[in-house]
Amino acid sequence: MKKSLEEINAIRKKMRNELDLRINDNPSCRERHILVCNGTGCTSSKSPKIMERLNELIKEKNIDNVRVVRTGCFGLCSKGPIIIVRPEDTFYSLVKIEDCDEIINSHIIEGKIVDRLLCKDISVGKVNKLDELPFYKKQKRIVLKNCGVIDPENIDEYIAFDGYKALEKVITSMSQDEVIDEISKSGLRGRGGAGFPTGKKWSFVKVEPDGQKYVVCNADEGDPGAFMDRSVLEGDPHTILEAMTIAGYAVGANQGYIYVRAEYPIAVKRLEIAIKQAREYGLLGKGIFGTDFDFDIDIRLGAGAFVCGEETALLESIEGKRGQPRLKPPYPAHSGLWGCPTLINNVETYANITQIILNGAEWYSSIGTETSKGTKVFALGGNVNNVGLVEVPMGTTLREIIFDIGGGIPNKREFKAAQTGGPSGGCIPKQYLDTQIDYESLKSIGSMMGSGGLIVMDDTKCMVNIAKFYLEFTVSESCGKCTPCRIGTKRMLEILTKICDGLGTEEDIERLNDLAKGIVKSSVCGLGQTAPNPVLSTMKYFMDEYLEHVNDHKCRAKECKSLTQIVIDPEKCKGCDLCKKACPVGAISGEKAQVHTINQEKCIKCRSCLQTCPFKAIN
Amino acid sequence: MANACENCAEKRLIEETRELLSKHEKRRDSLIKILEEVQVKYGYIPKVCQLEISDYLDMPLAEIYGVITFYSRFSLEPKGKYNVAVCLGTACFVKGSKEILEGAKEKLGINEGETTKDGKFSIDTTRCVGACGLAPVFTINDEVYGNATVKKMNEVLDEYMNKE
Amino acid sequence: MIHLTIDDIPVEVEDGVTILEAARKVNINIPTLCFLKEINEMGDCRMCIVEVEGRNNFATSCIQKCEEGMVVHTHTSEVMKARKMILDLILSNHHRECLTCIRSGNCELQALADKYNIKGIEYDGEKGEHEIDDKSPSIVRDFNKCILCRRCVATCKNVQNIGAIECTKRGFDSCISTACDQSLNDVDCTLCGQCIASCPTGALHEKDNTQEVWDMIHDKDTYTIVQTAPAVRVALGEEFGLPIGTNVKGKMVTALKRLGFDKVFDTNTGADFTIMEEANEFINRITNGETMPMMTSCCPAWVRFAEKNYPDLLDHLSSCKSPHQMFGGVLKSYYAKKNNIDPEKIKVISVMPCVAKKFEKTRSEMEADGLRDVDAVITTRELARMIKQHDIEFTELEDDEFENPMGEATGAAAIFGVTGGVMEAALRTAADTLEGKDLKEINYEAVRGKEGIKKASVNIAGKEIKIVVASGLKNARIIMDEIRSGKADYQFVEIMACPGGCIMGGGQPIKSSKIRSTVDVHKLRSDAIYSIDEKSTIRKSHENPVVIEIYKEFFEKPCGHLSHKYLHTEYHEEKKYDF
Repeated sequence: MKKSLEEINAIRKKMRNELDLRINDNPSCRERHILVCNGTGCTSSKSPKIMERLNELIKEKNIDNVRVVRTGCFGLCSKGPIIIVRPEDTFYSLVKIEDCDEIINSHIIEGKIVDRLLCKDISVGKVNKLDELPFYKKQKRIVLKNCGVIDPENIDEYIAFDGYKALEKVITSMSQDEVIDEISKSGLRGRGGAGFPTGKKWSFVKVEPDGQKYVVCNADEGDPGAFMDRSVLEGDPHTILEAMTIAGYAVGANQGYIYVRAEYPIAVKRLEIAIKQAREYGLLGKGIFGTDFDFDIDIRLGAGAFVCGEETALLESIEGKRGQPRLKPPYPAHSGLWGCPTLINNVETYANITQIILNGAEWYSSIGTETSKGTKVFALGGNVNNVGLVEVPMGTTLREIIFDIGGGIPNKREFKAAQTGGPSGGCIPKQYLDTQIDYESLKSIGSMMGSGGLIVMDDTKCMVNIAKFYLEFTVSESCGKCTPCRIGTKRMLEILTKICDGLGTEEDIERLNDLAKGIVKSSVCGLGQTAPNPVLSTMKYFMDEYLEHVNDHKCRAKECKSLTQIVIDPEKCKGCDLCKKACPVGAISGEKAQVHTINQEKCIKCRSCLQTCPFKAIN
Repeated sequence: MANACENCAEKRLIEETRELLSKHEKRRDSLIKILEEVQVKYGYIPKVCQLEISDYLDMPLAEIYGVITFYSRFSLEPKGKYNVAVCLGTACFVKGSKEILEGAKEKLGINEGETTKDGKFSIDTTRCVGACGLAPVFTINDEVYGNATVKKMNEVLDEYMNKE
Repeated sequence: MIHLTIDDIPVEVEDGVTILEAARKVNINIPTLCFLKEINEMGDCRMCIVEVEGRNNFATSCIQKCEEGMVVHTHTSEVMKARKMILDLILSNHHRECLTCIRSGNCELQALADKYNIKGIEYDGEKGEHEIDDKSPSIVRDFNKCILCRRCVATCKNVQNIGAIECTKRGFDSCISTACDQSLNDVDCTLCGQCIASCPTGALHEKDNTQEVWDMIHDKDTYTIVQTAPAVRVALGEEFGLPIGTNVKGKMVTALKRLGFDKVFDTNTGADFTIMEEANEFINRITNGETMPMMTSCCPAWVRFAEKNYPDLLDHLSSCKSPHQMFGGVLKSYYAKKNNIDPEKIKVISVMPCVAKKFEKTRSEMEADGLRDVDAVITTRELARMIKQHDIEFTELEDDEFENPMGEATGAAAIFGVTGGVMEAALRTAADTLEGKDLKEINYEAVRGKEGIKKASVNIAGKEIKIVVASGLKNARIIMDEIRSGKADYQFVEIMACPGGCIMGGGQPIKSSKIRSTVDVHKLRSDAIYSIDEKSTIRKSHENPVVIEIYKEFFEKPCGHLSHKYLHTEYHEEKKYDF
């Protein structure tokens, strides 16, 4: 049923009351909400089954003051499945289905916290509450505001926390120019990569003559190791719908498309539900809020092509074609979908919009650095203790993210480099750990913001091999349209492979460098123009490793198999047998309590033994 | 007899495809959605379906073939009953997913993109299944296996080998 | 007007002009590879990159429009290095068989490699290995020599509206292929050969039948008769450095005789037979109220297109065979008998501007009395190849005439080589026949010229006859759809598959992208054809004395019993995709 403005406000009031315990501590509250993360990470480790079990138990035991709530991602994925009990905010991590009984019996019925399930932090140890975790302390959640708070499949819960209020404000009290002005003044820049000022982009579309225009949401998050957009879509889909509708109002479009990877089934499903609900409430469709403004949104599926994250390739793909980029100019703002003016922003950019409208440009621009305002979500991964999603104000340093939030490097290893910007970005070495992160600073040190993947690497990582990894990715994802990217990246990869195989020469390094620079300048699209970045940045900061590979035939990280032998140090080996058990090919022999040895002919250099040895006897 | 049955199967495939197509607008931007549905339904995109789509959307078959071969989700050959997909996202790579992939290839005796002769297993690589907290990760059909090691994967594969 | 400087030279151009065009205006040449004017303007190959001051990356001069105040540099050190890198990369993935390549000497990649002084192979790496598709009788695809410029794809898709080939796969594995990687022979390809004309390298070429022809010539038991289509004589000279549009009929005949053919005849004579039959079929259809409109059928690519795409409309096609097939039939029946030659020993070799003719001659219908109408088809390019192989200094040759009697032809036959020509020739005969007069106004200007679709209405014997002439299969499709939907009210339709007609056929000398964008090749060749017509003493097919005589002696009358046996054919639905 279509809802009037008054009805929406009534829902908001009622639901806000009901859900107050989600965000406010209230010791006298009798009700409990058990929030169960249903993001992809926790879903992979069976959180929906946990929910099911909890519901069963509640029914069995006739408990009436407890509600089990499906939520989006809490961020700390490495501790999943995560359960939070509100309002006391108890944070249970690594929960198994078998633990459900105890949670219900002990925590819910008896009021005793299940100590053994409390989250253990690497630095502060066991904590009771979410906000006691250092992981959350330096974060500021704007984009992820609702993730982990509301049930993403319930529009009423979204409405409860000011959902669709920004849209109401825009449609009922602001002109198109006022909206764009607000976004411009906020200083918001595109979160998809290059950081183009969002307000400017909107105004470009707005000034195009009236007629068919489109609003597109780029949710083709293809950067391997980045999953912030997905988390927003899974945890708070309505905020994207609302922001796109606001954008549609501002630029004069009445149709939106969300281009989302088919590999994100949960996100797709939640978006479908959200669109259906919004249409039912009349928040999408004809005459929104009783005005003459129409806007609707459809989903288009990406079918597995990284290049479709490039905006013009994405447009081609929406049109049902091969996702090959178009040459710019003309820019999509002028000639986009089916030749019509088209606004394209990515998920995270849209996720800022409602907050800017509600809290004002001034509030937003007070967060961040001189040139980069607001927050940035990073998918923190790799060799770091707390793997997950973090949202920090622009200007936070890498050190803060990796060591304070991320809890540092596991296994007492040394930090070697952080990679940002995915296959288009670069590796940042130790000396830049204190760089305040924003668009400009990252660019100046040879990397880029990109979509927000942040991969930490310890000293067991070979930087030549990392460069090779990214090139492999680019080669397999190049669309093949232009010569430099199609053949050039392939040749770069071949040279890198040669170097990793110990067959490279200094001349090869030079050739690699020339090729990289040529490809940057001559490729058609952003993918090709940035593809050599991982090579260029590792060459810049880790040239000694490249030279070691070609001159000394040595890989200091021992990752390049042709240049390594894995051996057991007889001095350190205690004969604990763990390595023998870990070896998948049975290459390790030795009696228990005796020194073990590795049969080099059998060894496939998978390094499983290396990871399991408690005495660091294997090298 | 065998031939007759093949014809029956093909006929059914054509009928099913037509049914599926009738739910889509005759616009070329319906193509990817149609292909996605066919891929999900049959695990690949049979040639007969391509011909039907070409006819329905009034598009050259070569163009449809160009689209199918561009996107990695679409395949022209049926995948194995159990599709082993190793995540090669950066987070997994840094934690050694390449070794997992090599292990799977060795164990099953096929390369990525290939299917075992008995049609039981195929190997794929994916880019980030979104379980970076569990890296390295591999999946078998919809099941996700986190914190993987070569040994652990071999054990899981053994289980599947014993399954029908 | 927009003002900019290119290499320090001030240039003034109109709005919308690209940097490439602006540079050419002041004689600055920027190299291109994937660019084909108005057909493929994608900027993919990156050869045409230039530096524009104030920009980080190179600009793509083939599509980048000039802007006020732009400062362009076309040959800086960086640009030159980048272009060389591009060439090095292309060459690293190219089967470099220049010595034995069919396009050696006329290859745009080879020319660039030479220009950029590439003397070694910079990058050594994986190269694609692809099977050569030579299953069709007309076209050979050797993907190993493809540089993925996609000119062929754009031509097939946008000019011809067929889309038989498409870029498939992606990245380094990208290739140009047909649906499901089948042979061109088995897909919706019409074998028009326009892809060959647009290919800068040797990745697409005609199936070479020259050795077959040499064998026929050298076989003492065989009586070889060669016939040449009207479009060949206005293009062959180009292969020997003569200006585009030079009519080399005389030299061509001399060369053909030197090559050793027993008889050198003119397909134009065959074309006069075609007009006799077609004009009369048209009159019969009008008078008997049969299926209308009638459509011409001399173009085999068009016929294949109709059979694959419009099987429901095949009864619109004239049942006339094409001129060289008709002529083959006449030679093996009437001529053989008259001259007492065993028709089994006759081999008819057609020199055509067309690769689809190679396919046409293999059609099962193209025979009578158990003998094939035509035994070999070679293109203009192949004839040039044979002349070169025979060490003939073509440009030095004396002129000669076709042999009689089968060398006698009219101006009406000559214009078969251009779009609108068959229509005009047929109208000349139909008008005279219906009016019963020798009309003097015989130039039908409305059907001349390069436009893809030309519609007109002509008054013959008090009757308004609506006609339409289409060239290029994209335009053919428009007309066919009109007819299928019942919206058309034409009586006579001429269709040729190649845009501009046979003079622009897939078997004609290949012109580089630069020539195609700076010279109006069609106009030069078609002017030459119309000038042959103008200069002819006989300009109506039914006035050709040889034709009159043969009808008297042999066929009795057009569309009679014997002409149906030797001069007419039939059409069948073809599976669009046959695999």
